Amino acid sequence: MRRFSAFAIAREALRHHEGWGRTWAKRPPKARYDVVIVGAGGHGLATAHYLGKNFGITNVAILEKGWLGGGNTGRNTTIIRSNYLQDPSAALYEKARSLYETMSQDLNYNVMFSPRGVIMLAQTHHEVRGYKRTAHANSLQGVQTEWIGPERVKELCPIMNIEGPRYPVLGGLWQARGGTARHDAVAWAYARACTDMGMDILQTCEVTGIRRDGGRVTGVETNLGEIGCDKLGIVVAGHSGVLAEMAGFRLPLESVALQALVSEPIKPCMDVVVMANTVHGYMSQSDKGEMVIGGGTDGYNNYTQRGSFHHIEETLRALVETFPMISRLKMLRQWGGIVDVTGDRSPILSKTPVEGVFINCGWGTGGFKAIPGSGWGMAELMAKGHSPLTEAFGLERFREGRFIDESVAAGVAH
Amino acid sequence: MSRRLKTGGRLIDRDRPVEFTFDGKALRGYAGDTLASALLANGQRVMGRSFKYHRPRSVVAAGPEEPNALMEIGTGARFEPNQRATVQPLWEGLSARSQNAWPSLAFDVGRVNDLASRFLPAGFYYKTFMAPRPAWKHVFEPFIRKAAGLGSAPTEADADRYEFKYAFCDTLVVGGGIAGLTAALAAMRAGERVILVESRATLGGRAATDGAEIDGKAAEDWIKNAVEALEKSESVTLVARCEGSGVYDHGYVICTEDLTGFKADKSGPRERVWRIRAGRVIAATGAIERPLSFAGNDIPGVMLASAVRDYLLDYGVSPGERTVIVTNNDDAYRTAKALLEAGLRVPAILDVRPEVNSPIVRDIKDLGVKVHMGRGIARVHGNDAVTGVSVCLQAGDGAVMQEIRCDAVAMSGGWSPVVHLWSHCGGKLLWDAERAMFRPDPARPPTGADGEGFVKTAGAASGALTTAEVLADAAETVGGDAPSTAVVEEAPIRPVWVMPEGAGPKLRAKMWLDYQNDVKVSDVRLAAQEGFESVEHAKRYTTLGMATDQGKLSNINGLAVLADRLDRTIPEVGTTTFRPPYTPTTIGALAGEARGETFQPLRRTPMHDWAETHGAYWEPVGHWRRAYCFPRAGESHADAVSREVKNTREHLGMLDASTLGKLLVRGPDAGRFLDMLYTNMMSTLKPGRCRYGLMCDENGFLIDDGVVARIDEQTWLCHTTTGGADRIHGWMEDWLQCEWWDWKVHVVNLTEQFAQIAVVGPNARRVLEKLGGMDVSAEALPFMAWADGTLGGVDVRLYRISFSGELSYEIAVPASRGAALWSALMEAGADFDVMPYGTEALHIMRAEKGFIMIGDETDGTVVPQDLGLDWAISKKKDDYLGKRGQMRSEFHKPDRWKLVGLETLDGTALEDGAYAIGEGTNANGQTVVQGRVTSTYHSPTLDRGIAMGLVARGPERMGEVIRFTRIGQEPQEARIVSPVFFDPEGEKANV
Ligand SMILES: Cc1cc2nc3c(=O)[nH]c(=O)nc-3n(C[C@H](O)[C@H](O)[C@H](O)COP(=O)(O)OP(=O)(O)OC[C@H]3O[C@@H](n4cnc5c(N)ncnc54)[C@H](O)[C@@H]3O)c2cc1C
Repeated sequence: MRRFSAFAIAREALRHHEGWGRTWAKRPPKARYDVVIVGAGGHGLATAHYLGKNFGITNVAILEKGWLGGGNTGRNTTIIRSNYLQDPSAALYEKARSLYETMSQDLNYNVMFSPRGVIMLAQTHHEVRGYKRTAHANSLQGVQTEWIGPERVKELCPIMNIEGPRYPVLGGLWQARGGTARHDAVAWAYARACTDMGMDILQTCEVTGIRRDGGRVTGVETNLGEIGCDKLGIVVAGHSGVLAEMAGFRLPLESVALQALVSEPIKPCMDVVVMANTVHGYMSQSDKGEMVIGGGTDGYNNYTQRGSFHHIEETLRALVETFPMISRLKMLRQWGGIVDVTGDRSPILSKTPVEGVFINCGWGTGGFKAIPGSGWGMAELMAKGHSPLTEAFGLERFREGRFIDESVAAGVAH
Repeated sequence: MSRRLKTGGRLIDRDRPVEFTFDGKALRGYAGDTLASALLANGQRVMGRSFKYHRPRSVVAAGPEEPNALMEIGTGARFEPNQRATVQPLWEGLSARSQNAWPSLAFDVGRVNDLASRFLPAGFYYKTFMAPRPAWKHVFEPFIRKAAGLGSAPTEADADRYEFKYAFCDTLVVGGGIAGLTAALAAMRAGERVILVESRATLGGRAATDGAEIDGKAAEDWIKNAVEALEKSESVTLVARCEGSGVYDHGYVICTEDLTGFKADKSGPRERVWRIRAGRVIAATGAIERPLSFAGNDIPGVMLASAVRDYLLDYGVSPGERTVIVTNNDDAYRTAKALLEAGLRVPAILDVRPEVNSPIVRDIKDLGVKVHMGRGIARVHGNDAVTGVSVCLQAGDGAVMQEIRCDAVAMSGGWSPVVHLWSHCGGKLLWDAERAMFRPDPARPPTGADGEGFVKTAGAASGALTTAEVLADAAETVGGDAPSTAVVEEAPIRPVWVMPEGAGPKLRAKMWLDYQNDVKVSDVRLAAQEGFESVEHAKRYTTLGMATDQGKLSNINGLAVLADRLDRTIPEVGTTTFRPPYTPTTIGALAGEARGETFQPLRRTPMHDWAETHGAYWEPVGHWRRAYCFPRAGESHADAVSREVKNTREHLGMLDASTLGKLLVRGPDAGRFLDMLYTNMMSTLKPGRCRYGLMCDENGFLIDDGVVARIDEQTWLCHTTTGGADRIHGWMEDWLQCEWWDWKVHVVNLTEQFAQIAVVGPNARRVLEKLGGMDVSAEALPFMAWADGTLGGVDVRLYRISFSGELSYEIAVPASRGAALWSALMEAGADFDVMPYGTEALHIMRAEKGFIMIGDETDGTVVPQDLGLDWAISKKKDDYLGKRGQMRSEFHKPDRWKLVGLETLDGTALEDGAYAIGEGTNANGQTVVQGRVTSTYHSPTLDRGIAMGLVARGPERMGEVIRFTRIGQEPQEARIVSPVFFDPEGEKANV
């Protein structure tokens, strides 16, 4: 792999940049792989990457029906934090967050991880108690968070109206090393690293069937033909139910549209990420200058990657109330992604009823932040059959009632 | 130099001069001008700086597609960044500033980026700024952020307000050009309810400028007649200055109307958002001209040929004295004609087509203009302004054949239909190679619930180019007759994506595709080379089409370059997704009128005003405000709470309990229904009696609790928590409508119909007796009974229930009598030391008694069995919601966390949310925990900290001391005790 650096750019500039090679290779599929991953989103690519890096498994193909990173990985609002409440979640998200810290250097690709800090606002007494509880939990989980008062909130985010009038800000949960990263770059960086290990990334390759023999997976059917494999990882977010059906089992998931929007770019005015759960909206400013805004999911299930106007209205109403200065900015673009939501709002990283088939899904509205940690744990699960990181996230938890419910700590889970 | 001509300008009123300022300079324009036309008229060509390289830029367009001329308008609470000067009407006193330039527009330090542009190709930032690691956050990122961003951030809250308007129609026509007018007329004649919206102030679109004849009249006159006919009709609504912003599923369309942005008088709402439910949508949104990609195509003075024509004819403004025209189609010749008619010079027309012989080309040649066929521009000269062009063969590699001196260039690369509204809900496009455009594929429209298409396009938006085609298409779309017009013969376009064809890397690095984001032909080619082959990848890697114009000018040119580099056809590459809004839309307008006090409706109980005047300190609870406590002069909140608790326990307290949910459940199957909803039996409750009940979700988790009163044979009144009222009402309806739709039950939410007052404490009975009217003795009204009667002359329903452990009544009266009864009770209570108390005292008193609170002891993960509430779960029933869920293994594990009381050894209160620390660490390195605090208070009654918590095997560990976390301090020790801290025998309530 050609190393990227300022010097490499300077050298290339002299020949009009005609020497740069492909970021990831383009090759026809082989007949068989040790591992096939379906879905080249962040989670699929990270899983493949750590299979190679941590376990030396490199005879791997990643199949993507569209363009890599084009699912929710390329549609999200890129908030990264690990201030989760329950132990298994905190472990997984903190592992991910800590991998984000060094991702640019580890993968030699600038993913622009920006630990600018995340505030989750408390605007009711109930929220105050909830976030204090999270701060206590985090203190035992090795996650650095802090309960801060309204003055400190205002200091960190001067454009905020902390005085209400409807819901005065009572304080917030502050994670100083939370932040954002460039979503596309995360997918591209992993893809480049996977290619470098000799893995195949097959775009516009849609899986249409899953071949089994005596309860064991043997391969997949695709529009590019059949591809054999020993192990199969299904990592397709909103389409998990569809793939599970191909493999003959069902998942406790619902697929709903989640929307986001950006304003036109303006000069820097907000250095932190703010999430306001009572009024339901959150906002940060991208490095381009756009205010990046998100809210809740639509109230009905569907697969269209757009959403209703009513949610845009609700979200903007909440945010104009919280940040009055955005009122005269203009919305530049709105879009939607299909998120796969489980009953306890926590992901599924699990073996399945079909031997050799593993599933990684249910990230719902908040899985971007988890990408490296999820890939790390999923790779271990696929390579060794178990992983402390994924242990609690098995499918059987729904049958046993062992939920990992995060809704107390996160009304909006991004 | 650009300047105002002596005559001409359809849209301006030369009798009404308008004063305005630009970067502090006082200037003058005319009513009807846009900010862009007025600036050009004043010779101000440079209007902005680009995003990445900070290159000086002027307008290229005359409409909403403008990428360059973005400005800051207004000041203070009416400041608006990034406004396109081309759509900003001029008004008296308007103040505009240039943006993204420092220290000034003319001299911008950021321009160094331009000099270094060679080192800053597409995506360079992914390849560098990685070492040393902290430098990204502290050095590189702040630098990039400052350099990026366009206008400044507003600093004040918006002085203006906005409004919504809801409307319905059979046909919504978006766009008031001749196609839109034709469609609207046809729909009107068919008897439909029609709404037509047009983003500009005047209807008619381009036709008047382009000078066609319709029905034997000049276009301008035909338009006038059409508008009159539409205005006269009662079934037609015409809305000017209103843009169709977005199309959503089920024919829902958002349009935004400008109400004050075009005038000095800013009173009234600033914008109106029309929320229209339309039977069908006709997008008659026209087409946008495409630039050509030649070196230096971004130098101020290079403009779209149609824009040059617009400035000339609409505003009487000439962009230059000597304008070279470069084109690949006939339309630009109209610009030549307009220039000549205005007395301006056209030194040459460079037409890439080898040979053309259409009437308009002949006409122009006849006027003596030099038309060079097969030629293009090798490069434009100039820095801050065009000074000339080098001419080359389009088919060559850019060898210069001739230099022409000029101060403006008018370019035309063909037209792209505005397909946004067609595409928002999934309408598909097809590539029309002959016209070199993506146009709507009529066979694949966006479909509604019935599977039929609900958006159609009309006119240029469909890909029609000539007036005759436009009118015919519009008429056909709606099903009417097309107005007549002459068929004008035009020569076909010759698509050209790079000029000249064989341009090398040096030239390609000077050809702009996306002006605002500084994306060049070389960047798109680099993306393809690096494997970003999907159009979405190329877009994201280069930022092509991601600027505030969302690629209106750049998308097609960019994807053609991508296709060429990949050796694919344009349709194989395809377009990126079109997303709402069509042009950037004010956030405040989309948020609507709900601001400040009206942000969310504040629900007030009948006693709200009394509490307000008696110094309540409020806390928001759902949409209500509830009094947290009533501090007296000099008292802290904690002091007040403490006083309220003590007074209630010793004498008498009153609480406004009106916010508690009150759901009336009635019908022959009501008992059966409630037996399913509650874990305990409600059907056996006797009329006149009350029972405490628990509700669980399907997973078995406790979701609400409250007292149920049986009113009569078929009627129950269910009290819910304050926060639960609407949720539980919805929950009941959900089961009744979706699952048990054949059960004869109905539910009415009476929460707001009744005021409810809790009268609590040893003196409670006495104060009721003083009011008089009904027997409130223990015999007549025992604990957990209710009765109708009167108190002090008011009809009441009196419940004898208690959430504090004291003798307690709750009195329900019609909401209209609430305030009066409250006052009467306060007055009568004066002899018995009455005091109002708030929610915090309520919480403390219930915790002293070990009563659980939904939301404190529960968090969606707790089953009633965890809380020792097994007694409230019927063993006799076959089923209830949650029963099956509660049978799962997790809830029967021996080390399940269960409810206990906690007493700190030192008497202080435990911290809110503290966790009980267990032994060692788990496999992920986290400290093991064994429980947590669910409620913690300082008890005024016991004068010590008390808490409730969930602890592993808690009830079996009475007396054990465990440690709880404290933020920033050593852990705190607490002993596991019974959760009932006060009056365990219940003697106080039992009197
Ligand atoms: C609007 C929005 C905002 C969000 N904001 C945040 C946030 O701020 N922070 C955060 O942490 N998370 C956020 N999320 C959630 C986050 O985006 C997702 O959880 C995460 O990106 C999921 O990654 P993934 O790799 O699992 O799925 P995806 O990125 O969706 O990848 C799945 C891939 O599978 C492919 N696929 C599907 N079916 C097939 C098939 N049959 N064959 C082959 N390939 C197939 C898809 O094309 C897709 O590329 C947000 C999501 C949305 C929609």
